[in-house]
Amino acid sequence: MAKALVRAGLVAVGLVWVAFATNTALAGEVKRYVVEGSRAAELDSCVEPTERMRRMHMEFIKHQRISTVHEGIRGTKYSLTGCVDCHISYDVERIPKPINQPDQFCGACHAYTAVDLNCFDCHASVPNRPGVDADRAHREAGVEGLVRSGRNGEGH
Amino acid sequence: MGKATEMNDKHTRSEAESGALKASAIDGGRRGFIGVAAGVTAAMVAPGVILHAVAAAPRSQPVTSDVRWGLLIDTTKCVDGCSACVEACGRENGLDLQVKSEDESEARWDHQKSVWIRKVKLQDNQTGRVTNLPMMCQHCEHPPCVDVCPTGASFKRADGIVMVDRHLCIGCRYCMMACPYKARSFIHQGTSGQLTRAPRGKGCVESCNLCVHRRDNGEESTACVDACVAEGHEAIVFGDLKDPASPISRKLNEIPSRQIREDLVLNTGVRYSGV
Amino acid sequence: MKRIVYREWRIAPQRFWSLLGILAAVIGVGALAFGYMEHQGHWVTGMNNSVVWGAPHVFAVFLIISASGALNIASIGTVFRKPIYKPLSRLSGLLAVALLMGGLLVLVTDLGRPERLIVAMTTYNFSSIFAWNIFLYTGFMVIVIAYLWSMADRQGEPFNRPIALVALVWRLALTTGTGSIFGFLVARQAYDAAILGPMFVAMSFAYGLAVFMLVLIFSFEDEGRPIGPRMMRRLRNLLALFVSVVLYFTLTYHLTNLYMAKHDGLEHWLLFNGGIYTFLFWVGWVLIGGLLPLWILYHPHLNQQRHWIVAACAMVIVGGFATLYVVIIGSQAFPMPMFPGQTILESGFFDGVNGESAAYWPTIPELLLGLGGVAVALLITTVGVRVLQFLPESLADDVVAPDEETMHDQPFAKPA
Repeated sequence: MAKALVRAGLVAVGLVWVAFATNTALAGEVKRYVVEGSRAAELDSCVEPTERMRRMHMEFIKHQRISTVHEGIRGTKYSLTGCVDCHISYDVERIPKPINQPDQFCGACHAYTAVDLNCFDCHASVPNRPGVDADRAHREAGVEGLVRSGRNGEGH
Repeated sequence: MGKATEMNDKHTRSEAESGALKASAIDGGRRGFIGVAAGVTAAMVAPGVILHAVAAAPRSQPVTSDVRWGLLIDTTKCVDGCSACVEACGRENGLDLQVKSEDESEARWDHQKSVWIRKVKLQDNQTGRVTNLPMMCQHCEHPPCVDVCPTGASFKRADGIVMVDRHLCIGCRYCMMACPYKARSFIHQGTSGQLTRAPRGKGCVESCNLCVHRRDNGEESTACVDACVAEGHEAIVFGDLKDPASPISRKLNEIPSRQIREDLVLNTGVRYSGV
Repeated sequence: MKRIVYREWRIAPQRFWSLLGILAAVIGVGALAFGYMEHQGHWVTGMNNSVVWGAPHVFAVFLIISASGALNIASIGTVFRKPIYKPLSRLSGLLAVALLMGGLLVLVTDLGRPERLIVAMTTYNFSSIFAWNIFLYTGFMVIVIAYLWSMADRQGEPFNRPIALVALVWRLALTTGTGSIFGFLVARQAYDAAILGPMFVAMSFAYGLAVFMLVLIFSFEDEGRPIGPRMMRRLRNLLALFVSVVLYFTLTYHLTNLYMAKHDGLEHWLLFNGGIYTFLFWVGWVLIGGLLPLWILYHPHLNQQRHWIVAACAMVIVGGFATLYVVIIGSQAFPMPMFPGQTILESGFFDGVNGESAAYWPTIPELLLGLGGVAVALLITTVGVRVLQFLPESLADDVVAPDEETMHDQPFAKPA
């Protein structure tokens, strides 16, 4: 069921001329993939407008990884850890489900579009920072900063 | 016009940071430095720039060569049989999560698993004196592993940390051939359950990175140093080699120390005393 | 001396296809081994954190340097203007491309992340000899293909010698570069020697020629094309010369090391106590790869018999593998000199406790991967000679050019 909805959403992205109406209709469903109570849950869109995120997220993370690995910059707008933190879902026992599973936020879309998703060959696919509380984690992921930038982005 | 202001901002910021660096030379504490830097920066930069006003904030500016991280190991304090640093490194970087493949023999596994830090026990051939010490990546100023890496995945950060960009590593293992300290490990197995702070995956080379996530989040020391202190040995000192007032520089000034394989003139960031 | 006619390799179709089938099967098994190694990770190989390069690298390096050596015959013919070698130039070029292809394939399939090969092709670190080698290898391929064209096409004739010159220089650079992969490693005692560069060049001459001679003799005998005794004598003497040069470099390398006190430990280990490495050094490298072939090639009776010459070539190849096994793996197995004057009593990572060498035994997948590379090289060669005109119709004495040494005996030669 959830998969079907995601697929419907994705088809909508492809068909630009109907995208506007369809997206509005599906906005409520897409929210399902945002952690309740996380910063992202209160937002209209991710760190960039949704359309832009869908098309460009790989570019954003790719550039981010260079500045993080080579320059040590961690507290910025784009972050893979940020993706996981906000978009992870939990099972009934509050155990996070790996985000690259074929029915999860990253995995579902990548399975549908048949794009290899190998970030999580190395990166943690669940929020995984023992000893750090979720709030701090979100701050580390730069979600606080991107709330504002996200809105700025939309303002343009 | 806007651009000019921005550049001006940047200039002011770097001045503020170098000011902070001087300030830290007086009080000597890293946490103090970050606090001061954050304070001074916040006071001086133009409004609109968002800062995380917490003590250990994630870094938002590129690392600079104003610092050079290093370790000093006092082998006289390193205790025979203690492996607290090794275990702490494993927990910190997720190396304790490695599992042996089912069909793999124990002997092979011992040779194939990743080791970032290890204990070595030496005996002088002439005098019979026994020394214990931990070995890890020596964070050379002129690292052979960086010279030989065909893709540039093996690199030295501006702050002196030698590490592997796992996005670029193709797993050729030439760096392991070149390293005089056998500091690097190749990931022979598939990985699972990695830690957020320490991504690692099959087919790449890895080694000690002086707990780089801790550096970027403004924390004070490394996992091995903390563990050694907790054991009460205090055999490892971590700090900035370029800051003459840092504990490591002061200690280097006090006691005799040397680099392993000094003959290669690599100017290592990890120094040993008592060998 | 007659005009040289080149013709496709016309063995019976069933024989050709069964040859092809066998090679394809070996390649298939190699491909499976590659898939297995990549899927499981390198733990299924014998390679570990002490011996990081193993059997696949022995195969790869052997094929790559043989590729460079196989081109030698063409160079002698074109650059040094020895007409007797001219008819062999085409096969020499083809073999060079094929061997290089096989070797590179093994090297690439052994990477930890072979799917990132594109990274290696797009991101370069020019202080790495490895990065340079990527250019040397691909450049070599292009130059040799151009060289083949200049030999085969009438329009290419004027470019023949210039291209041959470039190819000669390029190939020396390539082998020196391959040797320098090891020669520039200051960390390990056995590698820290500039002589490895020229030594690899000498080895490439010997192994490349041995492979070339085997392929030549096999393909000619199989179809019943004649090779005259003059041609055999030439090739045989050349091989003997190259094998002696390898032995000379071996001697120099070890004498130099023995002279330096700091390398005593290494030499003592390798020459006397190194177990498999000592055995491979004396029996493989020196005896099978050097002294025995020399004895055969200079023996007044044995060197007249073709099967003895074939045996000598095979020995040089077997010895070559042993040599590279010792050079590549043995040098890693010997512990690194981190603490001179100290004995390591315990170590959490096998730093040579009490001088013990690191453990390594190749596993089946590694060997199959290497053999797959050999089969790739042979498959390219087989298809090449079958569909294109690479092989001369005859190398009989009355066809090939006269020896320069006996020129003055000929009535038409200029007086000396």
